[in-house]
Amino acid sequence: MNALSPTSAVASRALSLPLIAAGLLLFLIIIASLLYGAGPISASEAFMVLAGSGSEEARFVVSELRLPRTIIGLVTGLALGLAGALLQSMTRNPLAEPGLLGVSAGSGFAVALAILFGASTATLTSFVAQLGALAGCALVIAATRVQGLGNDPVRLILAGATLTGLLLALTSMLMLMDQRAADEIRFWITGSIAGKPLSMLQATLPSILAALILIVIVARPLAAMALGEKAAVGLGHHPGRIRFLIVLAVALLVGSATALAGPLIFVGLVVPFIARAFAGPDIRKTLWLCVPVGPAVILAADVVSRLIAAPAELPLGVVTALIGAPVLLAIVRAGRMPSL
Amino acid sequence: MSPAQTSTLAADRITLAHRHFTVAENLSVALPTGKVTAIVGPNGCGKSTLLNGLARIHAPAKGSVLLDGKDIHRLPSKDVARKLALLPQDNTAPEGLTVADLVRFGRQPHQGWMKQWSNEDQQAFDHAVQAADVAGLAERALDTLSGGQRQRAWIAMAVAQQTPLLLLDEPTSALDLGHQIEVFELIRTLSGQGKTIAMVVHDLASACRYADHMVAMKAGKIIEEGTPAEIVSPELVQELYDVSCDLIQDPATGSPLLVNVRRNSNFSTA
Repeated sequence: MNALSPTSAVASRALSLPLIAAGLLLFLIIIASLLYGAGPISASEAFMVLAGSGSEEARFVVSELRLPRTIIGLVTGLALGLAGALLQSMTRNPLAEPGLLGVSAGSGFAVALAILFGASTATLTSFVAQLGALAGCALVIAATRVQGLGNDPVRLILAGATLTGLLLALTSMLMLMDQRAADEIRFWITGSIAGKPLSMLQATLPSILAALILIVIVARPLAAMALGEKAAVGLGHHPGRIRFLIVLAVALLVGSATALAGPLIFVGLVVPFIARAFAGPDIRKTLWLCVPVGPAVILAADVVSRLIAAPAELPLGVVTALIGAPVLLAIVRAGRMPSL
Repeated sequence: MSPAQTSTLAADRITLAHRHFTVAENLSVALPTGKVTAIVGPNGCGKSTLLNGLARIHAPAKGSVLLDGKDIHRLPSKDVARKLALLPQDNTAPEGLTVADLVRFGRQPHQGWMKQWSNEDQQAFDHAVQAADVAGLAERALDTLSGGQRQRAWIAMAVAQQTPLLLLDEPTSALDLGHQIEVFELIRTLSGQGKTIAMVVHDLASACRYADHMVAMKAGKIIEEGTPAEIVSPELVQELYDVSCDLIQDPATGSPLLVNVRRNSNFSTA
């Protein structure tokens, strides 16, 4: 790499402080996620396990239950945070959520369909969810092809919202058709990272990796698109092509996250909101900061979900909604929505 | 850009349409190298459409736009961006973006996957902020600047692209007189450094004052082309804007000056 100029050195220094802080915070939350649970294993017992000793039972709880749960939470938070940041930047809408594009709903509908046809959440392959997410994206893209909708980011979101409404209605219809499926779907649809086997990661990691590569490709042009479509063309970019790649990356990320944890709402809203507050207006910096912030938000919410009603657990989806809804209200009530 | 480097830009019988509505038909125009060309005409005459056509934003339905003799839509967009910079009218900036951030974007056409910010980029950056006189504002957020300062920052971004060609769409709309002069004088300075410039201007008087070459459009057609002194006449003003006026010569600059502009009367102009 070339020698950094003074100006870009200033820029990277400005980002490195929040990045380090968020990284430290994430580290602490990971430790908390391994130490605290709703069950009878206390934090000090769990700490003994981390220190290399501890009882048989504690070792099992930490390494077989809490560790996989933490890892799945990390990946889910990473995926949802990045997907939200990409969508918000592309649509210039700080309220845009992966759910709005029809991706989560497409993914959710596919999983509900699979459950109806006999799959249980335990045996469910993440493939189904990703397929649903991609189908949801494909439908939105197809809708945007009609009458040049694709050139208008706002109408793109409207098309996605329409699709989401339709798919949610269809999912509800599936739940009316079969009682057993309805129970399973209801459990899955609230969202959770507990009790998911690590093997589920294997199916999603290639997609997440592909999405990360796409992000590396689109980051610079996406930043330029914040200056306006024409300005981006003037700088030699292809907004239509960039949007397509972003939609693809979002589908891959949200499909993976939904497969792992069910449709978690508000995470894709809250994570970029926090990241942007510290990273400033450049989407490239926001994306970097989403890398530690996304997992931190999911894991913090998950730890809360274990402790708030112990010895029972709240579903993670309920906690993220409880945290996310006030943030959404705060953004809207602040009156001055940040323009992207 | 080494200042010696030049490029040519021309429209060859282009027809520009929005959906099925033809805005401009069969336009041919070549930008004189090293000069400032002003595209003028009444609202809705297609002058911004022509500029967007030249800037490859708007693909022509017929004909072609030629950059150095080659069809601009067949050239890689990034290559075009190293020869042609555009200042659109409807540009936006995210809240909190600084002048330095903005100007750095101008280097994107020169950067690649492995090629991050280089010494060459830094030199271009330094030159651009000095040329547009925004060096002192570099760390200020755009939304804290005056309209004229903001527009100079955008021009600095285009200058950082180091292109021989610069296209500006109504660079002074929404600016007060002082800020208009600020921007037009910057455009003259850039022209003096060898850039070939085209701009859409809705104020005929400013076009007369600051342009070397003028393209007058009405209803999607080019009706006159030449130096302001050659083509601006009471008859042209009458045809373009449906008003009468008298012309005198600006004693300071020699450019044509519109006086006694009035709604059409049936009397012949003096």
